[in-house]
This record gives sequence, C-alpha cells and structure tokens, in this order.
Amino acid sequence: MKYAFPLAAVIALVLIALIAVQIPGMQYLFGVVVPYLAMALFLGGFCYRVIHWAKSPVPFRIPTTCGQGYTMPWIKYDKLEAPVNTGQVVARMFLEIFLFRSLWRNTKATVYSGPKLTYESSKWLWLFGILFHYSFLVIIIRHMRLFLDPIPGIVSFIETGDSLLQIGAPVMYTTDVTIILAILFLFARRVFNPQVRYISLVNDYFPLFLIFGICTTGILMRFFIRTDVDINAIKQLAVGLVTFSPTIVADISSLFYVHLFLVCTLLAYFPFSKLMHMGGVFLSPTRNLANNSRMVRHINPWNPEIKPHSYAGYEDEFREDMVEQGIPVEKELPAQGE
Amino acid sequence: MYDSGKIITGLIIFVLLVTIPVWYNRGTASNVPEPELPKDVKTCVLPKAEITAKHMQLLNQWRDEVIRTGDRSTLEIEGKQYPKSLMLACMKCHTSKVKFCDKCHDYASVKPYCWDCHLAPVE
Ligand code: HEC
Ligand code: HEC
Ligand code: HEC
Ligand code: HEM
Repeated sequence: MKYAFPLAAVIALVLIALIAVQIPGMQYLFGVVVPYLAMALFLGGFCYRVIHWAKSPVPFRIPTTCGQGYTMPWIKYDKLEAPVNTGQVVARMFLEIFLFRSLWRNTKATVYSGPKLTYESSKWLWLFGILFHYSFLVIIIRHMRLFLDPIPGIVSFIETGDSLLQIGAPVMYTTDVTIILAILFLFARRVFNPQVRYISLVNDYFPLFLIFGICTTGILMRFFIRTDVDINAIKQLAVGLVTFSPTIVADISSLFYVHLFLVCTLLAYFPFSKLMHMGGVFLSPTRNLANNSRMVRHINPWNPEIKPHSYAGYEDEFREDMVEQGIPVEKELPAQGE
Repeated sequence: MYDSGKIITGLIIFVLLVTIPVWYNRGTASNVPEPELPKDVKTCVLPKAEITAKHMQLLNQWRDEVIRTGDRSTLEIEGKQYPKSLMLACMKCHTSKVKFCDKCHDYASVKPYCWDCHLAPVE
C-alpha cells in the first residue's frame, strides 16, 4: 500500500488549506506569504541542484548508444543512437526533450507457449507521457492570462486553440480532459503493471496525486463550483504577487486557496524530488555526450600532473650511480680532466 | 564546476523564463477594469457576487432551456418582464458591450464567441 501514505498526505494538504482559510487573516498567509516562500524554494532549490550536479566531473564518455557506432567511413553508422559530433548530439537531445523519443523503447516482455519470449515495444507510456507533459505546458501558458497585463497574443492564441471545441460556457479546454486522462493512465500503470508496481515508491505516487489534486480543484473551480471565483479579483492578486504589491480585494472561494496551496506544495517539493528530471534531462551524461571516445582524447579532470620522463632524461639523472653499479649506459660519463 | 559556461547560461535562461511575469509587468500594478453599470435599474438577474462569477453558466443554462427544451418563460426584474435572452435581456440593461462586457473580458483574456452570431448593441 505504498500509495496510501501519499494519498493521505495530499488529502491532508487539501484539508489544511480548506479549513485554515476560514479563519480571518489566513487568506494573506495562503495567498501571499506561502506563494512567495514556495517560489523562493523552487528557484533556489532548482539552481542549487543544477550547480551541485555541475560540480561532479564526467571523466569519460558514457553515452548510452543503441545503434551502430562510427567505425570506418564506409560503414553506415546510426547518427542518432551513436552520435559522434555536437550537431548529432543536439538532434538527439532535441528529439528526446520534445518528443520523448527514448520512451519508444519501453518494451513489454511476454512469454508465449513454446516457450517463446518476445519483447514488444509498448507505446502507451510514450503516448500518455507526452499527453501529460504537453497538456501541463499548455495549461501553464494559459494561466499566464492571470499574471500578465496586457495579455500577450501567444497566450490568447493558445487559449483559442485549446477551446476550439466550443463546448459549454465557460468553454471546455481540451487539455483539461487530456491531462486528467493521462494522470489516470500513469497512475493505473503503477498499480496494475506488476513490475512497475514493485518498483514504485511513495515519491512516485505523491507527485501524481498532487498534480491530480491541482487539476481537479482547477477544473471544479472553473466549471462546477464557481461561487466566489471572481477571476478579476484573482487576477489582481496574481498580478500583485508578480509586481511585489499583492492585495486581496475580495472574498475569494476557498477552493482557490486549496488550488494555490497545492501548487505551492508542488513548487516547494520540486527541487528535492524526481521532478528535477526537468533540469536533469539536459544534464544527463548518457544523453548529452558524443560517442567519440576513440576520436578525441578525453583527460580525466582529477589526474595529477605527471611530467614525461624519457630514458635519456632518466640516464642523465642517474648516470653516475649507474656507472658506479656497473650498469651499461648509452652515454659515458664525461672524461675526468686531470 | 565543469562546463560552467553552458550550464550557467542554461540556468539564467531558465530563471528568466520562470520570472517572465515579473519583468513583463515591470512592477506596475495593473489597471483594474471598471465596467459601466446601468443607471436606471438597480438589480441584475442574480445578486452581484453571483452574476459576476457565474454569468456564463447562467447564459449557458438559458441557452439550453430556450433552444433544447423550448422553455421561453420570462423573468421579472423591478416590475419589467425580460425574456431569457442574451440580446433581449442582458443587453437591454447593459446597453454597451464595449463599456461593460469587454472591459472585464479584455482584462481576463476571454473572447466569448457568442458575438459571431448574436448582435451586440450598435455603438
Ligand atoms: C465583472 C467582469 C465581467 C463582466 C462585466 C462581464 N463578464 Fe463575462 N466573463 C468574465 C470573466 C472573468 C470570464 C471568464 C471566466 C473564466 O475564465 O472562468 C467571463 C466569461 C464569459 C463567458 C464565457 C466565455 C468563454 O468563452 O468561456 C461569456 C459567454 C460571458 N462572459 C458573457 C458576458 C456578457 C454577455 C457580458 C455583458 C453583458 C459579460 N460577460 C460581462 C467577467 C465579466
Ligand atoms: C434588469 C436589468 C439587468 C439585466 C436584464 C441584466 N443585468 Fe447585469 N446588472 C444589472 C445591474 C443593475 C447591475 C449592478 C448590480 C449591483 O451593483 O448590485 C448588474 C451587474 C452585472 C454584472 C456584475 C458587474 C460587476 O461589476 O461585477 C455582470 C457580470 C452582469 N450584470 C452581467 C449580466 C448578464 C450576463 C446578463 C444577462 C444574463 C445581465 N447582466 C442581465 C442590470 C441587469
Ligand atoms: C452559431 C451561431 C450562434 C452562436 C455562436 C451562439 N448562439 Fe446563441 N443562439 C443562436 C440561435 C440561432 C439562437 C436561437 C434564437 C431563437 O430561437 O430565439 C440562439 C439563442 C440563444 C439564447 C436564447 C434566446 C435568445 O434570444 O437569446 C441564448 C441565451 C443564447 N443563444 C446564448 C448564447 C451564448 C451565451 C453564446 C456564446 C457562448 C451563444 N449564444 C453563441 C445562435 C448562436
Ligand atoms: C502547477 C501549476 C498549475 C496547474 C497544473 C494548474 C491547473 C489548473 C487546471 C487544470 C485548471 C482548470 C481550468 C484550466 O485549465 O484553465 C485550473 C484553473 C485555475 N487555476 Fe490553476 N494550475 C496551476 C497554477 C495556478 C496558480 C499559480 C494559480 C494562481 C493564480 C492558479 C489559478 C487558477 C484559477 C483562478 C483557475 C480557474 C480558471 C477559470 O475559471 O477559468 N492556478 N488550474
């Protein structure tokens, strides 16, 4: 029951915010103080983690190659799976970051009668993974309408595209549906796939539940429980936060404070969790290095400096002792003047 | 630190992206919209807080009632009968779209597509 504890934690977070904002004065804490603290932790923690990683040396090339490497010019090699120069590495990283290419290698082992073992590529993880991340990105860009004034064209454009189905009023957003579907799939995968279930930990379930909570409260606020969800008042608070003059001008629904509190938890938790893969994907040496260990000399950064010592130099240093011990030398001692 | 040139550049780009709202607004608190309220009437269809937060849901409900179930019953406000209608109710009291609806909607970046078909009052 590794999911029981994180589930309880998220429910507790919801209850804390829900109950606390009933107390007069607490709105300021949850609407202003906590968001600033969370943002400071997020940015500070993120930079700390990245700089910490940057301090670890990568003494040799460790890209995970999974194709024919470069050998002879006439043998075709796999430019994406075994890149040899920066251009190819950039192409590989681009496909990894924007299209999650390596998830196409997610294989599923099945035993058929015979017995015959097959490994088949299972693309569901890729599909729902990419749905999740792009929905999340679109939602964050759309949220910028609450923080920016005047609202840039790109935000309105994305909003229009996302609400193209024109269902209901306020209009339904496609990404709200896809992100919930994707989270449910990613959760079901951890529960129903025995191998994945075995390796899933509390810190795998917690972000899933947390993001699910954030999206559910957001959706409830927009479509179902609109009481006191005054977007203008919320925007005044949000713009106030980013211009460092926050004001809470009206009684805003406690659902909004729950939403915000869960977001703050996510921000504060981010740098100390697996969610740091957002920065980590750029710094992973198994992806961002060229497979050129036989073409370029890579020097271990912590090697002590060893000066070359040739035989001629060695003999120069020890010639007298060598002659004394009767060891043959290439160059005799200079003749002693008498 | 290794590869500090690339990593620090990347970090700076990241921090700039996250703080877009801060430098985009450039520290100026925004101009809060003040929709022009009708002068000759005092009450809306719903109490003020509710109509502000829920008017789109009300419009959606009216639309469904009128078009799907054919329920064209009227409602009475301050002794006058109003049909459940965007043009014949809302826009009878709120006579200006530009000075009322658009004020808020521009601020919150909402562009109701209703006006593709429904006519806004001539201004
Ligand atoms: C007090 C400010 C305010 C005024 C005045 C106002 N609206 Fe709105 N309206 C909003 C906000 C804010 C939203 C967006 C709500 C959301 O995104 O959850 C909205 C959304 C809508 C929507 C749903 C749009 C969509 O695509 O989701 C419709 C329809 C709508 N308003 C109609 C009107 C009409 C018609 C008027 C004029 C009679 C009007 N509103 C006046 C604030 C206002
Ligand atoms: C009988 C005239 C009348 C009708 C019909 C009417 N309104 Fe109103 N509306 C008012 C008045 C008066 C106010 C100001 C209420 C107040 O200050 O308490 C108001 C306030 C509002 C507000 C809040 C403005 C703010 O500053 O927060 C919105 C939004 C709104 N109306 C939208 C609508 C929509 C949408 C419709 C159609 C469904 C509609 N109204 C129909 C008279 C009307
Ligand atoms: C495709 C064109 C079209 C669009 C877009 C549209 N409507 Fe309508 N609407 C109609 C038609 C046609 C009727 C039927 C008029 C009648 O039978 O009285 C109607 C009727 C209504 C009615 C009830 C009767 C009346 O006279 O107003 C409401 C309320 C309404 N629409 C609200 C909306 C809202 C709110 C939106 C935007 C979210 C919207 N409509 C978008 C075409 C449209
Ligand atoms: C991790 C970041 C966040 C995520 C994933 C998220 C998710 C969501 C989702 C899925 C919705 C449903 C409607 C929509 O898609 O627009 C929503 C609505 C909303 N969110 Fe967030 N949210 C986040 C951060 C925030 C923050 C920081 C605020 C504070 C200002 C906020 C305020 C709101 C409001 C006011 C709504 C209702 C919007 C409406 O009625 O149109 N959200 N959120």
